[in-house]
Amino acid sequence: MKKNNTDQTPRVEVAPEVLAIHLKMKRMQKLRRGLAYLVGIVISLWILIPIYFIASMALTTPEVVRSYPKGVLPFIPFSFDTLRFFLGSYGIVRGIVNSVVVALITIVLSTIIAAPAGYAISRYIFKGRDLFRLSILAVRAFPVVVLSIPLAVVFIQLGIYDNIFSLALMHTALVLPTSVLVLSSVFASIPFELEEAAMVFGCTPVQAFRYIVIPLILPGVAASAIFSFVLSWNEVFAASILTIQNRTLPAQVLATLPYSPDPYKFAGSFFMLIPAIIFIFLIRRYLFNMWGQITK
Amino acid sequence: MSEILIENVTKRFGKFVAVDNVSMHIKDQEFMVLLGPSGCGKTTLLRTIAGLGMADEGRICIGDRDVTYLPPRERKISMVFQNYAIFPHMSVQDNIAFGLKMNKVDKETTQKRVMEAAKLLHIENMLDRLPGAMSGGQRQRVAVARAIAMQSEVLLMDEPLSNLDALLRLEMRAELKRLLAEIKATTIYVTHDQIEALSMGDRIAVIKDGIVQQCDTPDIVYDKPANYFVGSFIGNPPMNFMDGQVHSNNGSVEVYIGDFRILPEEAMQPLLKPYHNKSIVLGIRAENMQTIMNPDEDALEVEVLVVEPLGSQNLLTIRVGEHIIKAATHPTFAAEPGMHVWMKFPSEKIRWLDRDTGVALYPEK
Repeated sequence: MKKNNTDQTPRVEVAPEVLAIHLKMKRMQKLRRGLAYLVGIVISLWILIPIYFIASMALTTPEVVRSYPKGVLPFIPFSFDTLRFFLGSYGIVRGIVNSVVVALITIVLSTIIAAPAGYAISRYIFKGRDLFRLSILAVRAFPVVVLSIPLAVVFIQLGIYDNIFSLALMHTALVLPTSVLVLSSVFASIPFELEEAAMVFGCTPVQAFRYIVIPLILPGVAASAIFSFVLSWNEVFAASILTIQNRTLPAQVLATLPYSPDPYKFAGSFFMLIPAIIFIFLIRRYLFNMWGQITK
Repeated sequence: MSEILIENVTKRFGKFVAVDNVSMHIKDQEFMVLLGPSGCGKTTLLRTIAGLGMADEGRICIGDRDVTYLPPRERKISMVFQNYAIFPHMSVQDNIAFGLKMNKVDKETTQKRVMEAAKLLHIENMLDRLPGAMSGGQRQRVAVARAIAMQSEVLLMDEPLSNLDALLRLEMRAELKRLLAEIKATTIYVTHDQIEALSMGDRIAVIKDGIVQQCDTPDIVYDKPANYFVGSFIGNPPMNFMDGQVHSNNGSVEVYIGDFRILPEEAMQPLLKPYHNKSIVLGIRAENMQTIMNPDEDALEVEVLVVEPLGSQNLLTIRVGEHIIKAATHPTFAAEPGMHVWMKFPSEKIRWLDRDTGVALYPEK
């Protein structure tokens, strides 16, 4: 249907001055875009270079790590020796197991608590809804220190101190604000009309939830679960205060850090980094989505 | 048989009365349109019938069952939603089959009915597709197919065409009308588009502020509006309204617009008599006035303000005393702004409205 307009549109004569301004503006635009890229690259390098350095150190022999000056990966021998040395150190394997268990319990608990809360916030208008939303965030306003020390006292009194399950409770409390807000935005993105349609077409409210809402929120729930996992995996302060024998990986690494050799430190940091990087990479789409929703 | 009986239904949201004591009897296989401006309660009424919000007062019967307190799934209805409410994680096939599956219809019948519904809406070649990759018009078709695959005797439609672009809407309007005549379901159709209502409905219920203003066939609603609101809401342009003075003159009633005398119809005479020496509102549709170039004995001289050629007609904006009215003329009528023309008001086309209540007066049949 596209018509050939060339014979109808009169050719516009452009004065050379106008053309010059035009060119100048184009150049400015290019310059500005180039600058934005430059800033982006600098920031990325700022973050990536240390990570790359840590990865290089972790994936080489302990001898290279101890030597000076240190190189980076393609130029130094590749080896799993450093990592093996780290994993063989006292308390590390146990720390990893503890970390995973704590993170899994945190995921389960936070999802069970946050999903109904998120549903309520997104679906029902009730008195004090905004206050509730705000107060959820307020939990995050307290430093972990302020929360951990009284909790340690309470845990000792209850006899559940130095226990990975009580630590999981603490981590659940820490991730709940984010989980609730993420899940409420996930629920909010599913129109209630879909549930109504399901009910008109023969579903009970529970069936409508089961057949329509659950399949639709699963990716969001997964994202929030992974987020909880990363938060719990990386959390070190509460873990250090609330456990002594049953340390999680970061708490164990932190406790032994002052007296450990360089290869141990590098391998430890590398080991801590990996899950976070992998998971954040996997869920980045949902993260952007979530921030977009919350700032609305 | 599935007639729908609505008796004194009231629905409130807090203190706001969305549906105010509405009663309606929709006959078996009838196409009833609920028409009104946004916020008038038409969708609320439809949702109450669907069971997506219980009535606070009154009774709703579908067929011979009282469904007032039944959940939607037990009302034997199907529905097309305004935003289609297509399940995004299911293929078109599964969407259409959803209601049948939930009602435990066996696989063979389901497949047959899905195919039938898809064919009726010309989407049989996209059954495997996911709705995410479909256009608005195609989703609309899926929503309608899903509703008709249920083969329920009652079909509820909530502004099904309002999200389509103008051209597609025109096309779907005719198609829906054909389809609904074919499936013979009792249909309640909500819309704010008066043209949709006039062109599709067997009857139209015009609703404002939760109250049914008039419920009748499209031609009567258009030609004999029950009140000021119906006249001004239906029709494009809306009905013209002018003030007149009533004079009862030894038995015969005359109405004056300024100095211009109009003799009302015979049947109207007794109804207008009580308005002696009072003012009354005259309503007349743009196409029912005769506009002529030259003076005539029973024609009123008026000034043309604007001329809008619309192809099939010229729409004139005219000043009559302090009123601005619209008159439709033949496209060859060569009026110019500022010109004076003469208008005739055929007395059988004039509707008479009480000035205070806005209610139109009609002789008993």
